[in-house]
Amino acid sequence: MTQISVRVDGVNYTDDVEPRTLLVHYLREQLGKVGTVVGCDTSNCGACTVHLDGEAVKSCSVLAVQADGRAVTTIEGIAQDDGSLHPMQKAFHEQHGLQCGFCTPGMIMAAIDLVHDNPDPSEHEVREGIEGNLCRCTGYQNIVRAVQAAAADMRGAAHATATEPAGAPA
Amino acid sequence: MIPAPFDYARPTTVAEVLQAVASGGEDVKILAGGQSLIPVMRLRLAAPETVVDLGGVAELRGVREEEDAIVIGAMTTHSDVLSDPLIAANAPLIAEATATVADRQVRHLGTFGGALAHADPAGDLPAVALALDAEFVLVGPGGRRTVAAGDFFVDYLTTALQEGELLVEVRIPTLAGRWGMHYEKFNRVAQAWSIVAVAAAVRTENGHIAEARIGLTNMGPTPLRAAAVEAALAGVDATDEAIASAAAHAAEGTSPSSDLNAQADYRRHLAQVLTRRAVRAAAGL
Repeated sequence: MTQISVRVDGVNYTDDVEPRTLLVHYLREQLGKVGTVVGCDTSNCGACTVHLDGEAVKSCSVLAVQADGRAVTTIEGIAQDDGSLHPMQKAFHEQHGLQCGFCTPGMIMAAIDLVHDNPDPSEHEVREGIEGNLCRCTGYQNIVRAVQAAAADMRGAAHATATEPAGAPA
Repeated sequence: MIPAPFDYARPTTVAEVLQAVASGGEDVKILAGGQSLIPVMRLRLAAPETVVDLGGVAELRGVREEEDAIVIGAMTTHSDVLSDPLIAANAPLIAEATATVADRQVRHLGTFGGALAHADPAGDLPAVALALDAEFVLVGPGGRRTVAAGDFFVDYLTTALQEGELLVEVRIPTLAGRWGMHYEKFNRVAQAWSIVAVAAAVRTENGHIAEARIGLTNMGPTPLRAAAVEAALAGVDATDEAIASAAAHAAEGTSPSSDLNAQADYRRHLAQVLTRRAVRAAAGL
């Protein structure tokens, strides 16, 4: 067993794991974070996507020991403390960006990562950006719409923060 | 499936890596980003006794400039390569090919050195390294040595790396003159491996091609240089006709496989078409 310290969705954990434990199994089985799902189990489908130090990775192809000393964010850690949804979650809801919903956690985590790098992606850039995520319902049209809507929403929020007058009450 | 049990070492210096590899038993695997190794271990195609994780070795990461080369640390991730200004300025071919590797999640973890040391014939970076005359710096119990790209790729998934040796960095010699570069890849669906791809670097002078270097992906068990095309391009005017005529030699000396994606004769056809496109783009046509 190897001891790891990982910050997951804002909470610090120290656990003993077998070195062969995959990050997705550590998250689901040891921490109970079952919002992150296993789809293909071969690093193709992207359903298990989480953020490792802010960057999207496929947690079925990462060892838990590789996350030692790092921060993991899962689909369970992106909503506000008051329960209000992340703009990407809200956009998937409003634009009907899901059918069966199985690919959705990974799609949302990959899309947030994409929009961090490219705040205003074209339709083509969204399609390229989520090429590592498969939707077996083939619901891509509305997924792409949702990502673009969320990007606009996130740009607006960033703009509002940036233009807030200095010294305004918190 | 999960990997078979293994012992795990997480050294923080190259010296410690060599020590961990030396004392790791009969079957030691070095873990870079893990984006090829972990899937292979999950399928139990590999079941090493010891895994030595390079994730904590800071000295293996990053890109620097030397007098005659840019030097890419083996553990530099694909996404770091994509945002690196030295690579963009000196070796845009590397960035262009890297952008086609797998998907953004895999590129966040997968590394430049790992992809080269894995030496998958369908991988995109080996042919690029070959076209740019890259030099591979290996460190082992016997010391440090430099291997030319042409000697590094030995066979299917096999390189010049000896037991106990580690790829630490790759030197990309600085090019003099006016070079254009292009990576032309053919695959079936998003994030798929290359069926065939062509890496072209072309030096032009007053409207003619002074020198061309062509690397072929997946046209044999190792990446290959299209030597006959390079010879045919040397000194010709940069025209569509001259390039098409030279590109017709692209399959000479190759030994492509037949598999679910393509028969060998189709790959030979693709090599010619993709070489024409890659050279045209690199020559600025």
